[in-house]
Amino acid sequence: MSGKTLAAAVFGIGLAWSAAASAQETLKVGVILPFSGPFADAGAQLDAGIKLYMQQNGDEVAGKKIEIIRKDTGGPAPDVAKRLAQELVVRDEVDILAGFALTPEALGAADVATEAKKLMVVMNAATSVVTEKSPYIVRTSLTIPQVNYAFGKWAFEKSGVKEAYTLVADYGPGHDAESSFAKGFTEAGGKIVGADKTPVANPDFSAFVQRVKDASPEAVYIFIPGGAQPAAIGKALAERGLTPPATKILAQGELTHPEALESMGDTAKGIITAFHYTLERDDPLNTEFVKAYRDANGGRSPDLFSIGGYDGMHLIYEALKKTNGDAAGDALVEAAKGMSWTSPRGPMSIDPETRDTIQTIYIREVQEVDGKLQNVIVEEIPDVKDPLHGQAK
Amino acid sequence: MSEIARNSPDPRLWLKQRSRWSIVEIAFWLAALLPFFLFPAYLTLASQIAIAALFAVSVDLVLGYAGIVTLGHAMFFGLGAYAAGLISKAGWGEPLSGLVMAGVFAGLVGYVASFIIVRVQHLALIMITLGLGILSYELANAMSWLTGGTDGLQGVDTWPLFGAFEFDLWGKTAYSYALAGLFIGVMVCRRMVHSSFGLALRGIRENVRRMPAIGSDYRAHLQTVYAISAAIAGAAGALLTQTTDTVSLDVLSFQRSADVVVMLILGGTGRLYGGIVGAIIFLVARDQLAGINPQYWYFWIGVLLMVVVLVMPSGILGGLARLAGKRD
Repeated sequence: MSGKTLAAAVFGIGLAWSAAASAQETLKVGVILPFSGPFADAGAQLDAGIKLYMQQNGDEVAGKKIEIIRKDTGGPAPDVAKRLAQELVVRDEVDILAGFALTPEALGAADVATEAKKLMVVMNAATSVVTEKSPYIVRTSLTIPQVNYAFGKWAFEKSGVKEAYTLVADYGPGHDAESSFAKGFTEAGGKIVGADKTPVANPDFSAFVQRVKDASPEAVYIFIPGGAQPAAIGKALAERGLTPPATKILAQGELTHPEALESMGDTAKGIITAFHYTLERDDPLNTEFVKAYRDANGGRSPDLFSIGGYDGMHLIYEALKKTNGDAAGDALVEAAKGMSWTSPRGPMSIDPETRDTIQTIYIREVQEVDGKLQNVIVEEIPDVKDPLHGQAK
Repeated sequence: MSEIARNSPDPRLWLKQRSRWSIVEIAFWLAALLPFFLFPAYLTLASQIAIAALFAVSVDLVLGYAGIVTLGHAMFFGLGAYAAGLISKAGWGEPLSGLVMAGVFAGLVGYVASFIIVRVQHLALIMITLGLGILSYELANAMSWLTGGTDGLQGVDTWPLFGAFEFDLWGKTAYSYALAGLFIGVMVCRRMVHSSFGLALRGIRENVRRMPAIGSDYRAHLQTVYAISAAIAGAAGALLTQTTDTVSLDVLSFQRSADVVVMLILGGTGRLYGGIVGAIIFLVARDQLAGINPQYWYFWIGVLLMVVVLVMPSGILGGLARLAGKRD
């Protein structure tokens, strides 16, 4: 392309852009996510959720055009997240901050939301404390205690497990999962007979699984990060004969994510997991969501990140409708409080006190359906709140 | 060393000549003030560039001058960052004293570590520094009661600078503070490399075996420079903590150690300002490229790095100096 054509093209694009901008008021949403680095996949899945919602619902709300500005943090980097949030506010003049796949990044940017008085929609970061860091934070994902406290209670009361062993990955979310499961389980009357922690990076599960086997507990509770680990631990469990129904395997939903199930094979049968979103849930809204998502993303299925982004955008759209397009942080937070809607994940609402999600937790069991392993919902625990809010400090 | 013989018979005179301020240098520092007027919306980025630059200068001291190839310097950056964060969390949020304490702490740890560092060379040295970096990362991860683990340290609250200047949303205070830190750090290093101590370091870099032959205790020199470099890296880490009120494991990560070496290679090693130029190019490129495409910007950084080392093997500053017809 010659210099002149290039200049003309740039000029033309500039004209078109400014014409579009002046036609109606735009409302900017700054999305801060790890688009590169070790958590790039989470960032991409979450962003795909955002895109799908905007594709289905248009980019116009309350007479305003929604513009998304995406920023990459490159991994768990709270200082970068904070800087990006600052820049989005002062340089790009965004009205809403959103995204935040990782807890440290959400915590890092929280002060900016408070100082700039902007609504900050946390679409994943799952540590309880996040929403307490700023009165402008609203969360549309889950908290780990929310899922696992309810799960622990259920395990004792409904599935009749009296004694359990916990095996969790040795990092923040793993510790949270262990303590909240144990809390729910022991409060209901159960007993934790042993606890072990596995390294986060490239663990060899065989030694840990052997220890669990030596303790021969009635059930073992597992929390590990998604990715390659579910298949590895599934194999280790099967090799040592720690499989249902002899030993009950309990875990948070990542363990039996569809891709993990594929590689685990038959050893996965009978594993019981708890989660807030179930891909296979038979529900018209969910079926439609999954189909649209797969169409838009080359067959890739949505996961917990996607649904967090999707519902996060829903919250932004609905809050803007309520305020008639007023994007002031205080107005939007007020509008978001107590909001309830039916999401592909099921009924959910925003707790007016904690600005956190209240939702149904699904207990699922891996079963063979039409020759394919999948998570079959065996019980629904409605309206679960995070059990830790208001207890810290 | 032929230059010494040519320019003046007295090495002290030569050193003095070398340490004279050039117009370019003065212009550079004046230009560092421009963001206040030209890009007021980019001051937060500018402050993080200044911090990365200070970190790069500290690495240049050991890598560029003393020839210690390090891939684990984030260890000291992180130690300083956590030290400043913990001091603030313990109830003392005054930035200046916190900065000094964090720097001294990192320097002390650097001095202890230097006993191992001076014993090894070449590949083993890279491995040792890498190992120390990974160890400190995992240690911080394991000691989550102290560091907050993966969630990062919570409750860091830095008081206003001099009790008057809040760390504001626009980053005015942050940039002023970080720039002042960078300036002081560079001045200290400048004084050092233009002294006989600095000459001894270069001697070590060029040929460590010959140094004892001319009566120079190279181990003591290396230990000193390593500790000083660690202290400066720690101060850079502390600046990051204080200007952002956040600390997480990421300050200790291998990525940070590697990035700083990339900045240094981009800018040019062994010339102090190389690290600063590298930090500016790396972070501005990152900011702009990530703005265009948040997913694949690292690709262009890779291209940039390859072009620079192929076209200008001694970094951008080295290439410029060659163009200007100057010799190092």
